[in-house]
Amino acid sequence: MSAPQQPIQSHILSVLVDNEPGILARVVGLFSGRGYNIESLTVAEVSDAAHLSRITVVTSGPSNVIDQIKAQLGRLVPVHNVHDLTVEGPHIARELALIKVAGTGEKRVESLRIADIFRARAVDSTTESFVFELTGNPEKITAFVELMKPLGLVDVSRTGVVAISRGPKPL
Amino acid sequence: MSTAAQATPAQMSGAEMLIKALIDQGVEVVFGYPGGAVLPIYDALFKQNAIRHILVRHEQGAVHAAEGYARSTGKPGVVLVTSGPGATNAVTGLTDALLDSIPVICLTGQVATHLVGTDAFQECDTTGITRPCTKHNYLVKNVDDLSRVVHEAFYVATNGRPGPVVIDLPKDVQVAPGTYTGKDNVKHKTYRPQVSGDDAKIKEAVAMMAAAERPVFYTGGGIINAGPKASELLAEFVRLTGFPITNTLMGLGAYPATDKQFLGMLGMHGTWEANHAMHDCDVMINIGARFDDRITGRLAAFSPGSKKIHVDIDPSSHNKTVRCDLNIVGDACKVLEQMIAAWKQGGYKPNQKALDKWWQQIDQWRARDSLKYKKDSKIIKPQLAIERLYELTKDQDTFITTEVGQHQMWAAQFYKFNKPNRWMTSGGLGTMGYGLPAAIGVQLGHPGKLVVDIAGEASILMNIQELGTAAQFRLPVKVFILNNEYMGMVRQWQQLLHGGRYSQSYSESLPDFVKLAEAFHCKGLRCTDPADLDGVIKEMIAYDGPVVVDVAVDKAENCFPMVPSGAAHNEMILADDKPKDPTNASVTEEGMALV
Ligand SMILES: Cc1ncc(C[n+]2csc(CCOP(=O)(O)OP(=O)(O)O)c2C)c(N)n1
Ligand SMILES: [Mg+2]
Repeated sequence: MSAPQQPIQSHILSVLVDNEPGILARVVGLFSGRGYNIESLTVAEVSDAAHLSRITVVTSGPSNVIDQIKAQLGRLVPVHNVHDLTVEGPHIARELALIKVAGTGEKRVESLRIADIFRARAVDSTTESFVFELTGNPEKITAFVELMKPLGLVDVSRTGVVAISRGPKPL
Repeated sequence: MSTAAQATPAQMSGAEMLIKALIDQGVEVVFGYPGGAVLPIYDALFKQNAIRHILVRHEQGAVHAAEGYARSTGKPGVVLVTSGPGATNAVTGLTDALLDSIPVICLTGQVATHLVGTDAFQECDTTGITRPCTKHNYLVKNVDDLSRVVHEAFYVATNGRPGPVVIDLPKDVQVAPGTYTGKDNVKHKTYRPQVSGDDAKIKEAVAMMAAAERPVFYTGGGIINAGPKASELLAEFVRLTGFPITNTLMGLGAYPATDKQFLGMLGMHGTWEANHAMHDCDVMINIGARFDDRITGRLAAFSPGSKKIHVDIDPSSHNKTVRCDLNIVGDACKVLEQMIAAWKQGGYKPNQKALDKWWQQIDQWRARDSLKYKKDSKIIKPQLAIERLYELTKDQDTFITTEVGQHQMWAAQFYKFNKPNRWMTSGGLGTMGYGLPAAIGVQLGHPGKLVVDIAGEASILMNIQELGTAAQFRLPVKVFILNNEYMGMVRQWQQLLHGGRYSQSYSESLPDFVKLAEAFHCKGLRCTDPADLDGVIKEMIAYDGPVVVDVAVDKAENCFPMVPSGAAHNEMILADDKPKDPTNASVTEEGMALV
């Protein structure tokens, strides 16, 4: 490559696809087959009538690799369009996490206090455990998880990022 | 379930629907091999006469035959194979078609839908296995989707950058009655490849070209895929500008090889003048080529001083390995038309003074005569064999296929193609065993034309069983084996890169090719003396049937020029270079790791 090594950056790609069998395998296979990174990936149907799904994939790499990833995704026959939210302008990125913390006494109280600060909700509770539900950007969730570690963190389940552009215009 | 007889007129079985869809798509020939999971389709084939079925001897052969048919006719090739082993045997051919952008429709049988996922007899995950080696694939679960899927598959295979498409057909879907959807009622939901180039960019491109002092056209298989008109337009544009042109392995024939503006093939075994022109040019015009590693050599040293224009229908080809200054998405034919119009409209003239100087430089490189080889009166030089084949066949419309190895490169260097669609070779995947089945496909598309597979003795054994197909269908293909008793290309690399340790590259225990040909009801000929070469070639051409010619060639000959892996274009090795130490200085450690 004649271009000098570019810095590695994380990008949020929003990919609108036909909701047909094998589409997720196609996308995931493309990433593994060509050696691209997947930091997170979410997928769900967004239009029942048109059979469309939106895949939000967070990937990282130098800008030339990101350009290749977008071009390769665009090449898949069932892909309608690919948007790079990271470069296209202001956007909202959110993740949902369920975090199980077990403990008693002061640690239990402390976990509740921190959950309050993070606006996490307790969605399950026993005398010795909580399950917190938390949404936010990935950094916020990671920070919360870090704080729960000394307080009896048991399990974490995260959805991965979903994202959308700000303002009235569609993607 | 109602039977076909009771069904309303629009209703037919899945298998009948498939045949109807193929006929509607203009399919005349299908290359296939039967089995349990496609029996209903074979039954439907039996009951009609519009489509001819060519029974191959191995499913890999079916796909290569379809590729040869497609590449020589411009029409998609069609393959029909059974589930499980039928489908897995087709995988090499599909990958070959993907890498060389050849439109192929491959119909695979599948176990009945209710058995899918149960490890049923001859079940395999065909769509899973073929996902990365097809442009697209389908599993038809409902008979009413079948005809739509077939029409869509033809559209996908032939539009944009062409490629192979698999349609997996469970057996119950083949027998179920359903409603046929006509070709004209099917429109793909989203897939609309961009055909026309961006006008502003076209203008920019021709302005760059007019200002060039040392320009070069570098064109590839995309021109061939864009149809014969693209080749005509290319020739027009090249003559209009007076620029030199080089073709990739896949692009040979797009520009007349006997024309004086043609520099020969470029790349690993390209000519001295083509590679030097690429290295030293100031404006490179790439149309329908993809900066393959066989072309570029060491990327960091690839044409360091040039502005690069890249026309490709596949946006993912742009900036993939080589960053270009101007990327134009579009069909080669359409963009050439636009470029010629823009050149004329802008009243552009090339910078003639600079161009004259550039041609002087090129003529100096040409004078190096990089394809020169030592003549010998006793041993047949492989290059001579191709030169003689060319001389004795050039006056008729001849189609050449190849296997993979040194003979393939010598064919590319020494056989001069003046028209597109006459040269079929496995470029991207480099599949030994491609040439014979491809020749069969070509012959079917061009009855009465001379079709020659230039082969190596090792490669030909990979699909030799297809001689049976040639004999059965009276396809007079000629297999012209350059028999050096070595996997010559492997031996050459071992000589140049691995200290002359010829590990497993000797072709031990070869069959008697003459007797082998005869066993397959073909004619067998042998040639061991240069003096007999012309006579044997003439005998081969004259014989009205398939022929295998075993030409005993120099076992030690190497293919030059050569840009060793990891080297730059201007670091070529030539035949008359002093024999170097096997630890060749121009092969870096990094280069050793490359293929
Ligand atoms: C299916 C397959 N296996 C292995 C290779 C690696 N390979 C490339 S060229 C070659 C030797 C070909 O020998 P031959 O057909 O005799 O041709 P020659 O080079 O001697 O002209 C081999 C083994 C390949 N290209 N394809
Ligand atoms: Mg050989």
